[in-house]
Amino acid sequence: MSSAGGAPAIGADLPELREIPGPSAFGTDRTRFWELLWIVSVSDFKQTYANTTLGFLWTIIKPLVFFGVIFVVLRGILRFGADVPNYPLILVMGLIMFQYFQEVTTRGVRSIPNRESMIRKMHFPRIIVPLSIALTATLTLFFNLLAVSPLFFAFGLWPTLEWLWMIPILATLILFSTALGLILSVTFIRFPDVDQVWSLVARVLFYASPVLFPIEKIPEPFDVVMTAVNPLAPLIELARVVVIDPNAPGPLAVAGPLLGVLLPLSMIAFAAVFSLWIFKREAPRVAEAL
Amino acid sequence: MSDRPLSIEVRDVAKSFRIQTDHPADRPRKDKLLHPFRAEHREFKVLEDISFEVERGEFFGVIGRNGSGKSTLLKILASVYAADAGRVRIAGRMAPFLELGVGFNQQQPARENVIMNAVMMGLTPDEAASRADEMIDFAGLSDHTDLQLKNYSSGMKVRLAFSVLTQVDADILLLDEVLAVGDSAFQQKCESVFTKLRDEGKTIVLVTHSMPTVNAFCDHALLLHDGRIDAFGKPIDVSNRYLEVNMRAAAEAEGGRDGYAARFAETIADPPIHIADAWLGADPEQRNSALGSGEPIILNAELEVVRAVERPGFQFKIEDGQGQSLFMGGAADLELEGGHAEPGERLRVRVEVENRLAPGRYVISGGGAQLTSDGTSEPATPVTALNFEVEGTRAEGLMELDHAVTMERIDSDKPVIGRP
Repeated sequence: MSSAGGAPAIGADLPELREIPGPSAFGTDRTRFWELLWIVSVSDFKQTYANTTLGFLWTIIKPLVFFGVIFVVLRGILRFGADVPNYPLILVMGLIMFQYFQEVTTRGVRSIPNRESMIRKMHFPRIIVPLSIALTATLTLFFNLLAVSPLFFAFGLWPTLEWLWMIPILATLILFSTALGLILSVTFIRFPDVDQVWSLVARVLFYASPVLFPIEKIPEPFDVVMTAVNPLAPLIELARVVVIDPNAPGPLAVAGPLLGVLLPLSMIAFAAVFSLWIFKREAPRVAEAL
Repeated sequence: MSDRPLSIEVRDVAKSFRIQTDHPADRPRKDKLLHPFRAEHREFKVLEDISFEVERGEFFGVIGRNGSGKSTLLKILASVYAADAGRVRIAGRMAPFLELGVGFNQQQPARENVIMNAVMMGLTPDEAASRADEMIDFAGLSDHTDLQLKNYSSGMKVRLAFSVLTQVDADILLLDEVLAVGDSAFQQKCESVFTKLRDEGKTIVLVTHSMPTVNAFCDHALLLHDGRIDAFGKPIDVSNRYLEVNMRAAAEAEGGRDGYAARFAETIADPPIHIADAWLGADPEQRNSALGSGEPIILNAELEVVRAVERPGFQFKIEDGQGQSLFMGGAADLELEGGHAEPGERLRVRVEVENRLAPGRYVISGGGAQLTSDGTSEPATPVTALNFEVEGTRAEGLMELDHAVTMERIDSDKPVIGRP
């Protein structure tokens, strides 16, 4: 920078001419990418919770109330699940995992138009917009799990080494949800119907996941189909096996190595790669498409 | 041009938008169901063959009518839009001010917004946080730091955005119509910020459709017309061309070819009188564009007659930096001895105006005229514009007027109106 007043000192620390980066998904500067992702996520987080009276408590209240209602209806009224060991825990774990998925994807759909003023006026890596939503939701996910952990202790479940399996399970869930969030955010720009379609699909996926009903209560061949077609199903089944009930049927037991493991994993991997590809392709044009 | 280092270099940039010609709502549903992903598109060329250079430390104006591609060009420079072809190179960091703002979030307090935007414009989060108070202070909003932005007036938002922009140490500032908004106090503030930034060697690109603004501030200017560069160079030449373009458009709107606008456009394109020279101040050797407070404004011009003019005159106008017209004079007051002016004749014009202007930047523009028999006048030359600065510390208001204020005691036994 030149000093104030007088003519600029020519030749002194002059920035060189450099080609402008143009709008893109990832930008060019890695440090700046993380700084921006952080600052946008914090802003997203504050925006979601700062303006309500109960604030962040909502992240805990919501799943607990949801859990309470479903538990009362299924267990108390329909007398369901009495023969399933630790049924309330299965319900709570499944709900939290599914709610995370739902939050990332449904908020992802409109994430770009919701940040329209920023996108149309500023240059920054476009992928930060849907990523910040995933990051905020991930934070909520961990707070949720923390908040319901006393319930697990109350049922006599204490942390074991097995629980460490939750790390790769949650990582896969985060990866899959984020990938779908990215895909939805850019496809919505082109096809506004995506919003409606996705709210339907998400509803269908909820009933196609072993959340309300443990997998062994689902008759053949639906349990196999569910595990093979909906990548959330094997993840929720696995979480149950490693944390709640080591004797519960995992995806391998339900659908075999091909349909229970390989297919879901390749679907998740495909979603991840596809999401980056499509986002990279669409990112330079999102500002003008808004 | 001099060989100062370049700040912006634009080469062969082109941009078109795909406009959906049939809105989905207008298509028959059957068609939509059969071809859900098909829509009629039309390529709409917004920019073509755009090449220009801006030197470091320059104040550069981009003018053009609505829809001429000004804002699109700025968005390409700011890396918000991707160019279809061509290359843009810039030196240093750029801070954009597009669509009257920097992308604030309505749901959040000023401070958060300021920090986020400062980071987007290249500060580190720490730098941004430590400068946030200063930025809010500069915008004059220190008392409202914690209010959500949606509770701010639009003027407050613009002030805040501008404040962020000027304090992120950018080398290049892109300003889209910044002077079109805000109250006059804000506009005056903009002016002083411009002067300061210019002194610091920053490059400023200003998009506007106000010719006085271009003439008052810019070193060079560019006229965009229908997505192409129509004129490039000295602000006065570019704004004359802009005037011509505007007049032609107005003539088209008028419908006839004989209207005032059409004749004006013709005159600018092929004037009967040329302005050979024009300068401010009494002495042609000492052209001075800085005036002391109260020092009269003297405009001199030399005209060359190309085609015979029946009753030549001269008219002028004084405007401030925001394009506000302050005074207009000349024309009918003037009568050239003998009336008629012959081709090849040279005429000298001298305008002296008393100076009651408050300190600030102004433009005096003038041009030859022909007086018509019914007492009105028509332009006979393109306009020449010279900018000048009235020195002094700025007081409130536009004018410096002679004034007297007295104060004296009122006899206490006399009744005083307004007090019980």
